[in-house]
Amino acid sequence: MNPPPEKTAKYEVSFTVNGEAKKVLAHPMERLLDVLRNDLGLTGTKEGCGEGECGSCCVLLDGMLVNSCLIPVAQANGVSVVTIEGMSAHNLMKPLQEAFLQCGGAQCGICTPGMILAAVHLLEKKPEPALADIQEGLAGNLCRCTGYMQIFEAIAHAARQRAAQ
Amino acid sequence: MRADPAEYKLASPDNLQAVLSLLAGGPTQWLPIAGGTDVMVLYSAGKLANRNLINIWNIPELRQIGFFPDAIRIGAACTYTALRQHEIVSQEFPLLATAASWTGGIANQNRGTLGGNIANASPAADSLPALLVYDAELTLVSVRGERRVDYRSFHTGYKQTVLASDELIRDISLPRRFSGYISHARKVGARNAQAISKVCLAALGQIANGAIRDVRLAMGSVAPVPLRLNETERLLTGKRIEPALIEAARKIASMEIRPIDDIRSTARYRSIVAGNLVAEFLQKLAADGANA
Repeated sequence: MNPPPEKTAKYEVSFTVNGEAKKVLAHPMERLLDVLRNDLGLTGTKEGCGEGECGSCCVLLDGMLVNSCLIPVAQANGVSVVTIEGMSAHNLMKPLQEAFLQCGGAQCGICTPGMILAAVHLLEKKPEPALADIQEGLAGNLCRCTGYMQIFEAIAHAARQRAAQ
Repeated sequence: MRADPAEYKLASPDNLQAVLSLLAGGPTQWLPIAGGTDVMVLYSAGKLANRNLINIWNIPELRQIGFFPDAIRIGAACTYTALRQHEIVSQEFPLLATAASWTGGIANQNRGTLGGNIANASPAADSLPALLVYDAELTLVSVRGERRVDYRSFHTGYKQTVLASDELIRDISLPRRFSGYISHARKVGARNAQAISKVCLAALGQIANGAIRDVRLAMGSVAPVPLRLNETERLLTGKRIEPALIEAARKIASMEIRPIDDIRSTARYRSIVAGNLVAEFLQKLAADGANA
């Protein structure tokens, strides 16, 4: 029989989460998703597929949209992480929330945090997206409730609202 | 069963030499991890046999795109997003920029890397046929030194490559001599993003005096390795594009590939579609070449 694998020690990971400096003790290969949810209590980040296909666990890493299930926490050392909880003060949040509500863009809610982050990531680059841009920007986020049209409409609506302001 | 993170090591050296020293050091086999879009999927499923990983995401030499008069050199850890946003890549190597846009969704394009796609060596990878038609050359580095390998000879069989266990892909070099070519990229899959191809094509061609001066065809998901269609290219070179030639090319392409039945498609479907894609490209080449 093979000897049991050698266990690695936890080490201190320092990063900024939603603007606050955080330190956690973790194994380097722990998934950022698990550290956010279990160590930091940020359960707005959801686990769907756990293999980078569904986008439920999306967060922003130094401003880049990523699937946090695919990030070993050691790769988050020294970077800035923004989760859905950190978006409340963002200027796109209110128009997006209202548009999702108005258009029926959120139903069960599991995909919604990832959808919102993907939408923010898109709208920051393209403030007035065409439908094709919205479809591409959200292609990595799966929703089993809405059929997507309401979500696309919500994002287009939020973009129009913001442009009108 | 899900992996236990305590059973895995992840070293994060801060420079390339330190990465190579680890790769060379002793009996431990180290697996490089960049954006994690392949490695973390296996890991999470408890299927990653290798328990010693090296983080190469932050190694500066691997993240640069350098351009020279005759070539561009893409660091192996450049992401699909970086490729899509790079002006010279999108202008002179549109097949690569297009393939980058097909790969995963935006979140995976922000993390997935060209070197990772090459090392993972999936015959279904979308970016690899583009590298074949652009005559890519890889620089492989180890503590023993560096060597340059013609990308056409990199894959030796299904998921098999010439990369030695102590070697790392440092960069991918593409000669800048294809900007005058007519190019055509086509993916056939369940959907564009987040779906692996049933068949994909990267094609380049040049028309001179009404005939094909040069043609380059490569396909994914039709053989154990990303495949250059040498026989079809030989048939086409020097000929005028006419219906009979298109039909002959369709046949040879279907015979030249070695597709299989799998969860995404069947050998029969792939063989017919591969022929159709070649025909579609030749029609475009004839039309665009006549206007050029």
